Amino acid sequence: MNRTAYSPLIFELSKEGRKACQIPSPDVDDAFSSLPADLMRDSEPRLPQVDELTVTRHYTNVSTNNFGVDTGFYPLGSCTMKYNPKINEEIAASRVFGSLHPLQPAATVQGALKAYDTLQQMLCEIGGMSRFTLNPYAGAHGELTGLLVIRAYHESRGDVKRTKVIVPDSAHGTNPASAAVAGLKVVEVKSLPDGTVDVEALAPLLDDTVAAMMMTNPNTTGTFESSVSEIARMVHDCGGLMYYDGANLNPLLGVARPGDMGFDVMHINLHKTFSTPHGGGGPGSGPVGVRSGLEQFLPCPRVVKDAQGKYDVEWDAPESLGRVSCFLGNFSVELKALAYILSLGAEAIAMAGPLATLNANYVKHSLKDLYKVAIDRVCKHEFVFDGLIDKSTGVTTLDVAKRLLDYGFHAPTIYFPLLFHESLMIEPTETESIETLDNFIYAMREIAREAVETPDVVKLAPLFTPVGRPDDTKAALNPVTSFYDL
Amino acid sequence: MIHRYFPHTQADIDAMLARCGVSSLDDLNADVPEELRLRRPYELPAQMSEHEVREYFEALEKECTPLTCFAGAGYYDHYTPAVVTALASRSEFVTAYTPYQPEISQGTLQYIFEYQTMMAELTGLPVSNASMYDGTTAVAEAMMMTVAAARKRNKVLVSATLLPAYRRVMDTYAHFHGIELVTIPEKDGVTDFAALGGLLTADVAGVIVATPNCHGILEDLTGVADKCHAAKALLVVSSPASTLGVIKNPCEWGADIAAGEAQSLGMPLSFGGPYLGYMCCTKALMRKLPGRIVGATEDARGRRVFVLTLQAREQHIRRDKATSNICSNQGLMALYAAIYLSTVGSEGLKEVNRAGCDGAHYLAARLEAEGVAKLRYPAAPYLNEMELEVDGDAQAFIEYAAGHGFLAGVATSPSSILVAVTEKRSRTQIDRLVELFVSFFKASKS
Amino acid sequence: MKKLYYTPTHEYALVDGNVAYIGITDYAQHALGNVVYVDMPEVDDEVTAGEDFGAVESVKAASDLISPVSGTVVEVNEALADEPGLINADAMANWIIKVEMSDATELDSLLDEAGYKAVCDAEKH
Repeated sequence: MNRTAYSPLIFELSKEGRKACQIPSPDVDDAFSSLPADLMRDSEPRLPQVDELTVTRHYTNVSTNNFGVDTGFYPLGSCTMKYNPKINEEIAASRVFGSLHPLQPAATVQGALKAYDTLQQMLCEIGGMSRFTLNPYAGAHGELTGLLVIRAYHESRGDVKRTKVIVPDSAHGTNPASAAVAGLKVVEVKSLPDGTVDVEALAPLLDDTVAAMMMTNPNTTGTFESSVSEIARMVHDCGGLMYYDGANLNPLLGVARPGDMGFDVMHINLHKTFSTPHGGGGPGSGPVGVRSGLEQFLPCPRVVKDAQGKYDVEWDAPESLGRVSCFLGNFSVELKALAYILSLGAEAIAMAGPLATLNANYVKHSLKDLYKVAIDRVCKHEFVFDGLIDKSTGVTTLDVAKRLLDYGFHAPTIYFPLLFHESLMIEPTETESIETLDNFIYAMREIAREAVETPDVVKLAPLFTPVGRPDDTKAALNPVTSFYDL
Repeated sequence: MIHRYFPHTQADIDAMLARCGVSSLDDLNADVPEELRLRRPYELPAQMSEHEVREYFEALEKECTPLTCFAGAGYYDHYTPAVVTALASRSEFVTAYTPYQPEISQGTLQYIFEYQTMMAELTGLPVSNASMYDGTTAVAEAMMMTVAAARKRNKVLVSATLLPAYRRVMDTYAHFHGIELVTIPEKDGVTDFAALGGLLTADVAGVIVATPNCHGILEDLTGVADKCHAAKALLVVSSPASTLGVIKNPCEWGADIAAGEAQSLGMPLSFGGPYLGYMCCTKALMRKLPGRIVGATEDARGRRVFVLTLQAREQHIRRDKATSNICSNQGLMALYAAIYLSTVGSEGLKEVNRAGCDGAHYLAARLEAEGVAKLRYPAAPYLNEMELEVDGDAQAFIEYAAGHGFLAGVATSPSSILVAVTEKRSRTQIDRLVELFVSFFKASKS
Repeated sequence: MKKLYYTPTHEYALVDGNVAYIGITDYAQHALGNVVYVDMPEVDDEVTAGEDFGAVESVKAASDLISPVSGTVVEVNEALADEPGLINADAMANWIIKVEMSDATELDSLLDEAGYKAVCDAEKH
């Protein structure tokens, strides 16, 4: 990536009268000019006026201001930034799939429906579930959909007083936020010092108002919740359902399945576990799976298959929670995930989890003499350092993270989970080599040394990035969100 | 090596295990209770080579029939200039994470800032977020935003002329979130605003209308905002983003929030996604706007830089008190929109709308002249989409046309069909569709 | 005579007769960092003891404002809309809302200076 930022905005390259494209025209009589003037806009939008080469150079140069998986290593906890294979992109760019309108007759889209159904079934096998919907657009959208499945289940039984959802204090921020959107009240359950759910603290929270408990396993400290079966039994005994937040599914590949742990509903982030790219924030995909007995509550539309093997779209179903998307989700993202699973196959998928766990433990063991291990247990795909062991230098987790940028690495996730003051959460995925990890370890050790010898350098970091630390306060006090407000 | 995506050699694995002080990969999962361990192979296909993967999908493609598209209903077959696809596919954009580290994410932040500016220009409302999942969820979020902004008001009025897909998603969110949705009836194909006064009670937080509406008709929203504001309700207007290049925009109608679908900005139909939800609002409502927002500021050396701002509204800080649970946006699709709008400009956007409008009116006139279909609302103004009444089975006709390589539209009732024309449809294609109407409906009559 | 009360969630109520000036404590403003926005109710809104009536936001944190007392908002500190940083400058002088109390007995369940200091000390550890 760039050492100096390419900074112009496209609006600053605009010149009256230029254009970068030619729009086709049907060569028929004018009707547009006869539309009622009072329904048309008064002034033209101030969009850029540029030629095609200017557009090309501009966005090419803008792209070089970015760090990406293709440019460097992301030790980003809870985000599973694995390699995004090129074949997946090629397949998703298919002109055939790209041309399909969501409302065209099912007979003309059999291949697309088959892709959806095949991926759905594969996710069932991996998650230990009975049926998946691929409709949710992202992880948080999947959480919401999953919670709505749970609400629809309780409603169907006339059990309307279940409005509470139990969430560990270590949970991802989306868990409580999704619960609130789903109309549920959040009750936090405390973690033990080892980061796992305090089963004794959970017991008194369980009553006939509990709709569900949300958990991620391994949890956000990277620790496997060994008591998960007991927790599931307790929640089930009080009539609640167990929800699995799939953000941390990666280490379980080849190791265990949420369905076998007693989870009733789960979501998967295809952009984490199944290698679809993050795209600078989206589009993601958050399929939701349910165990047997809950399938009828899944959202519509659904893909169904008849006895002759013909696929169709089911637009309505009596017990369905309703619709959460315009159609069958982010279809081209689903294609990428399907291509990934096919490329890996049964055997290699089962190695993804163990290798991700190996990479994480390797990094942890290589740095534990300089950084404070938050939880002294074997970790899964990620782990948390509670900052540097030597706190006397005044160098914070934020400083370490920013200094890593100077060494050519993305920063880890910082100040999350909230259980520790100086959380620095590292997740090296299975697609990273020992050489890359060693380089990262070297950088972390150098930063620890700098923290003692030249702490000011670390505190001023980053020094070699295209731009320096931004003034966040200025941005938030007087927000400027458009070029014309600059 | 185990797989081309995993770099680990056996020697690497051995060295790493030694560093961890264990002797096997299994030892690292000793904390997983044995009864939970998966001790069998996955029942999944065996590994495929890249060539085999490509062939697998080529076979699936063969089971699909691309059609010449006259269907719309919110999703349109517009032309995507080659630069858009080429530039949006750059891996620096595609493989980047959410721009939480602004020092190495200026690329993403910069194009989102450009996107926000463009959406603010199209809608006329000054503050845009960094995008939402799609139009249906954006409007559902707008519904929740009106309720959150109003405090203690819990009812939202929705025009009957909103597209059914939007209404269905809103129904889901409203039901579980505890919002009461009330329909404003329609009359002669447009919202019956005469009924609005009676519906605007003191518990109404927001009013949601669409233009062009579910019949393709351009609604006249004169005076609607004043009525809403007099009742202290917020007005939300939803339009396909492309049409905002020419039609009176939400700001000109006095709306507080604009939310809808931006797939029409050059994004492929892609069998339903990924699409792009947009959402803009007035400055007064800025801190109630869900989703990410990029703002301009300075770095330590005084250079202009962009950051995610107003993050205190978001789920990772506010948790259950957040304005929404949305965590991601549709980053890459916002990039698509920004490059598309840079490429076509306001002049190109007008040409896109003009071409679709001319084509649609030509098609309607020809069908009426042939006597095979007539406009359901002949007096109503429309842009590039219109509802036609046919004398016969609309769905059967769509299946028939599909057999001839045409997607004739979307059936809205047993005898009506919603047809859209974009700049991609040539006169020859329109004439061919007319022939299909004639051959089907005249044949079914005789 | 004015008397000062506190909540464990770091709001204060400066009570003068039947009126309470409600704001956040100096400890709270310090913990939040630069305040960039104060979300305030409107005059005539009702507030309830123990329930939130708004929020204070800094760049990377936000804190709900929990009302120490019940009553009706009679004034909001408009200056904070333009200059939220006033809270950092002097949290005690820059109250957020002025409330006409409906139940003065609620004050009995609030903390005094010493009780609040103990809460802050406990949080530091």
